[in-house]
Amino acid sequence: MSSVSIGHNVSLERRAWNIRRHAVLMGEVQGQGYIAQALDIADVLATAYFHAMRYRPDDPEWEGRDRFLLSNGHYAIALYAALIEAGIVPDEELESYGSDESRLPMSGMASYTPGMEMSGGSLGLGLSIAVGRCLGLKRKGSDSRVYTLFSDGELDEGSVWEAIMSAAHHKLDNLIAIVDVNKQQADGPSTSVMAFEPLIDKLEAFGWFVQRVDGNDLGKVQAAFDAAKAQYGRGKPSMIIADTLMGKGVPFLEAREKNHFIRVEAHEWQLALAALDEGRPS
Amino acid sequence: MKPAAANTASSKLGAGKPRLTTSAMIASIASEGQRTKPAPFGHALVEMAKEDSSILGMTADLGKYTDLHIFGQAFPDRYYQMGMAEQLLFGAASGLAAEGFTPFATTYAVFASRRAYDFIHQTIAEEDRNVKIVCALPGLTSGYGPSHQATEDLALFRAMPNMVVIDPCDALEIEQAVPAIARHKGPVYMRLLRGQVPLVLDEYGYSFELGKAKMLREGYEVLFISSGIMTMRALEAAKALEKDRIDAAVLHVPTIKPLDTAAILEACGRPGRLVVVAENHTVNGGLGEAVAGLLMRQGVHPAFRMIGLPDEFLAAGALPTLHDRYGISTGAICNRVKGWLG
Repeated sequence: MSSVSIGHNVSLERRAWNIRRHAVLMGEVQGQGYIAQALDIADVLATAYFHAMRYRPDDPEWEGRDRFLLSNGHYAIALYAALIEAGIVPDEELESYGSDESRLPMSGMASYTPGMEMSGGSLGLGLSIAVGRCLGLKRKGSDSRVYTLFSDGELDEGSVWEAIMSAAHHKLDNLIAIVDVNKQQADGPSTSVMAFEPLIDKLEAFGWFVQRVDGNDLGKVQAAFDAAKAQYGRGKPSMIIADTLMGKGVPFLEAREKNHFIRVEAHEWQLALAALDEGRPS
Repeated sequence: MKPAAANTASSKLGAGKPRLTTSAMIASIASEGQRTKPAPFGHALVEMAKEDSSILGMTADLGKYTDLHIFGQAFPDRYYQMGMAEQLLFGAASGLAAEGFTPFATTYAVFASRRAYDFIHQTIAEEDRNVKIVCALPGLTSGYGPSHQATEDLALFRAMPNMVVIDPCDALEIEQAVPAIARHKGPVYMRLLRGQVPLVLDEYGYSFELGKAKMLREGYEVLFISSGIMTMRALEAAKALEKDRIDAAVLHVPTIKPLDTAAILEACGRPGRLVVVAENHTVNGGLGEAVAGLLMRQGVHPAFRMIGLPDEFLAAGALPTLHDRYGISTGAICNRVKGWLG
């Protein structure tokens, strides 16, 4: 079969919308979840899985695949939605999300879920693992890329900067990192928890190829992924800083006072679905 | 603050002044005149890497201090310098293992067990990655003070699911353990003796087997159960105790986890022996408590004593002084055993 799973005649807008819908349905199963983050990152994941990455849905461990490392394990609900949309995880498992014996635990774990390449939960791990993955792929002469998604809050972790320095030192141009800048952390706005700007300047000073885009503008996200992939062979790791809007696609969640763990009342899941359905792309 | 003069500085001191013992970061724990082999880990890893191309070396700015530089010289393109960044070291080791390689990642035991614990726990142990963590300065083998004295590493790694934990005694054992842990699929933590490493076990016809305890000598009054350098000390103590007509057996337990429960139960089940567990580690959570827990669970109740490091931050100073002070020198062991036997 083809090594590319891009579905036929399905627009990227529709992929992103499907991912949002899968995520909201999972949130409803448990009555909770990091749904605002899932909604904000859906466009990035749609671009990764339906524009940029190489993989085989029926063979998640295919050696020639691009690796996707979810560093912010609490975004698992979003990645599961993407894996379901990509056909790596069957649709029917959606309703098991977060339940006993489910392959879809609340926080992403490598041994549970096909297509989940690392165990998250503890923040700041992904970039270090990605450095090792990239070194290993280069050793093997593979041209597979390593994508890793992490959250702006993880920039507080010293280990993230260890890995950022190391990726440049080892010239890991097969690494494409995406940081979700939604400006919210567990204790409040990132600006008050730990200021991390100016991010472009910092990352460029560390030797990375840096792009900053509206993470909810699919055209710009696609262009950023394309430019990052084109860095291969140029000796620099790539960072895509994706500025996103928590709750994107569900207006009443977008407008809600922003919280790391957003409260959604029982009756609101159906309202959220209805709101999404109103914006359904063709 | 007490001055710690280096050996070379003694000539500058007044001739009448007593020469001070040193607290320098000595490269060997061998006593004077003891038979040694240089850098057994580095040389054994080179040999193993010749037949297993998946083996890589990684370090966090301590290649020369963990004997990994020997591997680096032999296989420069298989040697990764990760900088003084232990979290990165182990995260990247996990990533390389996920791509099918067998990284041997080295640093000091304190930095692996304390600074990078969560990284090892999550990216290596939980993901069950084939990473070999090999760490110098285990227990009290540095006089530099608590920053470099890994007195709790065995307890920490014993507590970690999936982790195999090895505390080798000497150069021979390290040489044999390297291929054994390389062939074992899964995470391993091994304590490392570096530099000029004592050679002891060849006299006992010893061979290392992962997960196996070995009876090195028999005796009917005392049973030492020991790991690491304390096996060397227990053997010395057993010899010295002969002069007092005390007959001591030594059961060497290099694999702390999984514990060779059968061998320990069999040895402890023999009646009439005082069981003395000796470890280069805090008495909290190491081999002593592992053996004690096993014996309690199995209803085997010999007279039981533990020799290990106290639950405190240890002093800086010269190792012989410190080993005497904290009761893990051969002399201190003999005195305590004689006291216990009355």
